[in-house]
This record gives sequence, structure tokens and C-alpha cells, in this order.
Amino acid sequence: MSSATMRLDRREFLKGAAAGATGLVIGFYLPNRLEARTVAAAAAVPFTPNAWIRIGTDDAVTLVIDKSEMGQGVVTSLSMLIAEELECDWKKIRTVFAPAAKEYANPIFGMQGTGGSTSVRGMWTPLRKAGAQAREMLIAAAAEKWSVDKAMCRVENSQVIHTQTKERLSYGNLAEAAGKLPVPNDVKLKDPKQFRIVGKAMKRLDSKDKTCGRAEFGIDVRQPGMLHAVVARCPVIGGKVASFNADKAKTVRGVKQVVQISSGVAVVADNTWEAMQGRDALEIKWEEGPNASLTSAAIGKMLEEGASKPDAAVARKEGDVTTGLASAAKKIEAVYQAPFLAHATMEPMNCTAHVRAGGCDVWAPTQFQGVNQMMAAKITGLKPEQVNIHTTYLGGGFGRRAEQDFVIEAVEISQAAGVSVQVTWSREDDIQHDFYRPASYSRFEAELDAEGWPVAWSNRIACPSIMSRFFPGSVKNGLDESSVEGAADLPYAIPNILVDYQLTETGIPVGFWRSVGHSQNAFFSECFVDELAAESGKDPYEFRRRLLQKAPRHLGVLELAATKAGWGEALPAGRYRGIAVLSSFGSYVAEVAEVSVDKKTGEVQVHRVVCAVDCGRTVNPLTIEAQMQSGIVFGLTAALKGAITINKGRVEQGNFDDYQMLRVNEMPKIEVHIVPSDQPSSGIGEPGTPPIAPAVCNAIFAATRKRIRQLPIRPEELV
Amino acid sequence: MAIQFTLNGKAQSVDVDPKMPLLWVLRDTLNLTGTKFGCGMALCGACTVHIDGEATRSCITPVSGVAGKKVTTIEGLSADVSHPVQRAWIELDVPQCGYCQSGQIMSAAALLAKKPQPTDAEVDDAMSGNICRCGTYQRIRQAIQRAAEMHAAPMRQKASLNKKTKEPGETAAMTPDKPAAVGAAAGGAE
Repeated sequence: MSSATMRLDRREFLKGAAAGATGLVIGFYLPNRLEARTVAAAAAVPFTPNAWIRIGTDDAVTLVIDKSEMGQGVVTSLSMLIAEELECDWKKIRTVFAPAAKEYANPIFGMQGTGGSTSVRGMWTPLRKAGAQAREMLIAAAAEKWSVDKAMCRVENSQVIHTQTKERLSYGNLAEAAGKLPVPNDVKLKDPKQFRIVGKAMKRLDSKDKTCGRAEFGIDVRQPGMLHAVVARCPVIGGKVASFNADKAKTVRGVKQVVQISSGVAVVADNTWEAMQGRDALEIKWEEGPNASLTSAAIGKMLEEGASKPDAAVARKEGDVTTGLASAAKKIEAVYQAPFLAHATMEPMNCTAHVRAGGCDVWAPTQFQGVNQMMAAKITGLKPEQVNIHTTYLGGGFGRRAEQDFVIEAVEISQAAGVSVQVTWSREDDIQHDFYRPASYSRFEAELDAEGWPVAWSNRIACPSIMSRFFPGSVKNGLDESSVEGAADLPYAIPNILVDYQLTETGIPVGFWRSVGHSQNAFFSECFVDELAAESGKDPYEFRRRLLQKAPRHLGVLELAATKAGWGEALPAGRYRGIAVLSSFGSYVAEVAEVSVDKKTGEVQVHRVVCAVDCGRTVNPLTIEAQMQSGIVFGLTAALKGAITINKGRVEQGNFDDYQMLRVNEMPKIEVHIVPSDQPSSGIGEPGTPPIAPAVCNAIFAATRKRIRQLPIRPEELV
Repeated sequence: MAIQFTLNGKAQSVDVDPKMPLLWVLRDTLNLTGTKFGCGMALCGACTVHIDGEATRSCITPVSGVAGKKVTTIEGLSADVSHPVQRAWIELDVPQCGYCQSGQIMSAAALLAKKPQPTDAEVDDAMSGNICRCGTYQRIRQAIQRAAEMHAAPMRQKASLNKKTKEPGETAAMTPDKPAAVGAAAGGAE
């Protein structure tokens, strides 16, 4: 089936789904030429009890995935939640991605989007309920056909079974009748003890498409008459086009149009390469703007000054650190710093749009359909319901695809050029025009009592704010909670604690980067707590254990990781261990890293990582393992290699030669251990990332007695 | 002037700028989008294809350079996702976002064609040109060894097929263009 047909099916399906749920067509718009076929298709799929399930007379079960699949496994895990209650044949499931429509709003943040490790947490109840609704309607339809009480029916593998006669009716046979029944509101959900899918190691549903080149990413969208575009953007962040001359660009083979848009100058051509050649031939004068002389050194100074200012926003205050600091036996101080980081998704930013009179289609690898639709409506003057958002697979997200810039560009170019256009970013565009993980500065002071236990902890943080741009209303009294997460929630029992924050803008745009504030704050806090353990002469694992006696879930993963790693047992010569623990997105993760440091070169090798995770009830252990591995590689890449630096307002890195990624030859062996739990399921996409940098840096201290207080780790400083 | 080559077993002719990288000819001219753009500088391996059996970065290969040669892309590795590398990838649940996996699979298939039973170090060496931002490396390592196992029995009989391998002294086993006994039997592209 071609991808164009697949997309048509999605529209058709959703029309049917919405009509089934409410008796009205709501939430999205179909181009007129598709109307007739859509109505026919909706009639052919008779059972659409809610926004997520469609069952045809042919027994096909189609599930609508309303979260973006960026590798974290939601196509599979969300299908598992529905299938558990629906009792459908797992092998017959197919999935489609939801359009932008209000019934798909993320229950945790109220807009349709994927992020914050919310998918399973948010959809646990709605999807199980959706599955149970469909199941009850199918049972009711069968009971009616057999003229028996519903209690005489049970379900199994896409069939309703008469418990006495053993007669069977397939879901396909029942679809028409079930589609005419009222949708029940109160449905009984299964007791978790009866689960036969949730909690099992289910293979990914998207593996086959992802091993033969068939999975459609945003960059793979092909539309009739579609042209390709690239955009020249000011190399200085925040700069604008002053003037440009496109005469030479227009002579490049394949170049069709050159149009100015809000982010720069777009060259539209028959193919991406010709568009790139055309862009190279553009002559542009830039108005470089206020960042023209900005450097990383200047930014470092801004942050350092920020962390010293008196009017910081208090994120947490317990006891009195000044009194604590005065009474204690030993005072320890340290400054930690983390750099800007790019996301560098493997699929560079891209988006395809077709703006027409009366409608607009957007095909995007996006994490934020709800806002995409509003942005496209705003640009085109259309109503939101006239904008169709088609979500493709995402070649990585990590927070980057929660942004709107690539969608805005595609819509603006299509509108200006009057054709269907795909805009593709080069790797350099992608790395140099990101919304970066904030650079951050963290000043610590702590005091130990005579026995070496901490009595006071002061942590002053300065960094730019993500939320003041993204959700300004959430920043209150100068406090962006995402800037202090992983710091303000320090779990250790210390009587006097102060964590404060100075919102410090630098001119560099910042955004959500896998695990957000936890990514830098875990490094700061978990390394500094390790410093305290060392100062007190205590084992870093035992030190944490004692201070976590009232934090049982932290303690649980800490002990599990330490035990599985053989903490305290002898290691091969030259290898050392470090440990770290952090809670994020409702989950608890501890990691033990085994490293060696080359005495001559200072090169750090991470041999093994033992990870323990408590993410509540397990939905899919295979996915949890994969996400822990993934999060660890992501955090390890940043710890060993990651830094975006600024000179004259320009990002100095551009491709994988100077913004390097961890490769397979540097991959440690990772073991993942899951804590059994019947607590509500919590996040897994991000929580694996934060503990790895401190675990590795703490191991480096064990190896060298040198503290890494600034990332990335620099081998030359370890010799 | 049109450039002619063999693409996934079929004659292909394209009339494009001869300097245009093969990657963009595949993706934009021929709409074979399984081969991915990642960096444009042969740094990430997402664009890996086989040219006369050699794993090659198509993003820096001018299309003129493949005139008269055999090009195999992920779409042509097998007709039915049956190449042992593809089967092992599915069995071990390797892909996450999946974007780099076409390139990973093409690199792995080329490795196994030359070294049917690679050591762990040989796997790391052959695969270190392919970046995976999702960090699927551990499962990639496992899946390559699994593919080698799957492949061991049938491919010993097919050893004579490996005529294109350029490195001397290698044990012949499977070529990317004749990927697998099972793929060939099922009507693989070449």
C-alpha cells in the first residue's frame, strides 16, 4: 500500500471515529475531493466506538495512536493498553497516527502533544476504558444475537464466545451490530491480575517497517507536484535578512522560486540537492542583531553573575542554611557548569505543507500537533479545523520536535510559492539553529557535622528559562521549575536546604532536551553529594543509603543497582565504579558506571553500566530496557562529548565531526533491572538520561581523585 | 546525458546533474526514501547503500560514479524483509526511532557478506561509521551475531556466490547483492 493511500485511510478513519463517538463530524476537515470516498469508507467500517478504535467487518482492528512515535515505543505500548481490554487478536492490529483533533489532547498537559514522558502515564486509563467500551459493545451485540444475557458471553482473541454452547462470533461479524449500540460510559476495567498483555515483553509493532525502509518519516513524505526547499538563515542567532539578491540562485538547475519568509530566504527547487545548490548561490546581507558579538565566555560570565545575585527565586527552603552553615564542623564549596547542547535528532528538521484556498495540509514529524495546527491557521488565516496535521514517524524527537520553527517554515514557503513544499534542514542548519539545552551554572555550599553527615545544603542555580518562552504563564515570581528540577527535589535527609534560581537570559534560545532540567541538575547534585561522601570519608553508596532512609523508592533502585553491580567487590585492575540516583517523570533510576581512565591520555572508557529502574507497573519490559539503554547513551554522549559553543553570536559546531555522537565502539555493556511494582506506571523515555553523567564522573573521581565539575569531560584534565 | 546503472536488480536511467549525490537521486528523483539523509558528509552512515557489494555512503557519492555499477538500497536487500540481518533486527527488537536503521542494516549486511562470523571487535569496527542517536548499539551488536548464526548453515553452501568481495583472503559467504539464500529463493531484487 502506498503511503498516499495510508494517509487517505487515516483521514477516512478519523472521520468515522469522530462520527461514531459523538454523532457529529468534529475536529478535522477533509478536502472536498475526498468527501465522497470518506463517507463510503466510514460506512465500510461500521464499528468506531471512540476516537481510538475501528473494527471492520473483515476483523481488522485499527488503533489510532495519538502520541508521536519517536523511538520510545508508543505505537506498541499504547496498542497494548487498548488490546488488553479489547481482547483483540494482537496479530491483526494495525495502527495509524491521529490527526490534530481535540479528542486527542494530552490529558497531562491539555494540548495534543508528546513529551515529558507522559504517554503511558496519561493514557493508562483513557485507552483501557476505550478498549473496554468496545469490548462491552461487542459482547452486547453477541448477546442480542444469541438472545442471552451478557453474562453468558466471554471474549477471547477477537471473538465473543457463548459460554454454554461454545458458539463463537468474530469481532468482524459483530461490528455492524455493535456499531448501532449506545456507547457505555461506565465500563469495568480488568483487574491487573488478569492482564495478559500489559507487563509482557511484547515485540515492537513497527520493527518490520523500520527494517525495510518502508516506515514513513517526515522527510520521506512525497506528494503530487511537491517541490523541495531549503532556507538560508542568519548565521548569527536572532539576526535577520537585511537584503538579498537571488539572480544567481535562480540560474541554478532545478531552482523554481526564491521566497523570503520570516526565518530567512527559501530556495524552492525540484529536489533537495538543487535547492541546496541554489542556496549556496544566494547573496544575502544580514542584519546580525544584538547577538553579533556574543561569545561563550560572555555567557559564562552572565551565568556566574546570575548565581551570585541576591534576589534569586526560592525553589526550596527548609530550615535555615545560614544557621546550619555556622554551626557545622566542615564547609565544602563547589561550582558546577553544564554547556548548551543540541538535540541532533538523526532525522534533521523538516516539514511538508500544502497551503490552498480553503485548506492546508501539514505532514510533520512533530511532537506538538495541537500547536502546529494553531500556528498554521494563524499564518494562513484559515480556521484551525481547516488545517490537517498528518503525523509521520519521527526520526528522533528528544524535545526538539515540540518546537514550531520547521512547521512555520513549511507553511510560509508553501503559502508564498503556491505549491506543496517540503523544507529540509541540512545537518548544519539543524545543529546551528536549535533550541538548546540551557547552559547552566550551579554554586554549592554544604556543611558536614562532626560525624561527617550533611547539616546544610545550599544550591544556587543560574540558567536561561525554557518556560518563559514556551509556557510564560508557568513562570511565577521568576521561578521556572524546569530549571531547578532534579535540584529542588533533592531526596536526601538534610535539615537545612536552600535551592534558588536566577533566571538568566543569554540571547541563545533554549528548549526541552531529553529529561530537561534533570539533565544538568542530576550531574550537579549527584556529583556534589559524592563530594560530601568523600569529604566525610564514607563510601558514596552507603552515604546515600543512610540519607535516603525516608525515600523508599530512591533507596530501592539505589540498592538494586549497587547489588547487581557488585558494589564493594573487586574490579579488574584499572576499573572504578561510580553511582548516582535520581527521580524524574515519576520514575526512579539508579546507575552504577564502571570506567577506566587512560593514565597517559586521560581518555575515559565506560565499560559497563548497571541500571535499576522503578517506573511503577511495568507495561512492556522490552521497551523499558530499550529506553534505559537509550537514555543512558544519550546522557553519556553529552557527558563525554557534548558542547555547543558560541562565537560572534554563531554556533561554532556544525556536523558530527565537531558535535560528536557516541558510536558503537564506545558503547558500554548496559544491564537494566526493573523493580517490580504495582504503583501507577510512570515515565521511561527520559529518566534513564540524568544519572549517567554523575555516575561516570563519580567513577572518574574514584579512578583519579579528580572532580569533573564542568561538562563535557575533558581527557586533558585527567592526565 | 542520462546515467545508467543497476538499481535493486533492475536497469535504471536518470537524467540529472552528474554531480548530484546518489542519495538525492534515490530519494528525490526516484522516490526510494528508505535511504536516509543524516549529515551529507559521510559522518553518520544513515545513507549507506551497497555499490557493487561495498557499503558506501551515498551522500558523498556523485551519481556519475555509479554509472554501470550495481546499486542496492534497503528496499532491494530482500523482497520480503527476509534477509537474516532484517530478521535478526526484528527478532531482537532493535529499532527505536528507526531513522538510522536502513544504514545500520546495510552496513551489517556488507560486514556479514565479508565476514560471516565476525568477532565483537570486527562488528564494532565495521559499524562505528553508523551513528544511532537512540543508542540501539547493544541490540545491534546482538542482532549481528544473531544474523550470523541464522546465516551460518544455508550460506556455507552459497559460498561460491561471493565473487564481488574485493578484500583478498576473506572467507566468502554472502554478498550484499546476493543477500541470503532465503532472500534469493523468495525472489530478492538481484
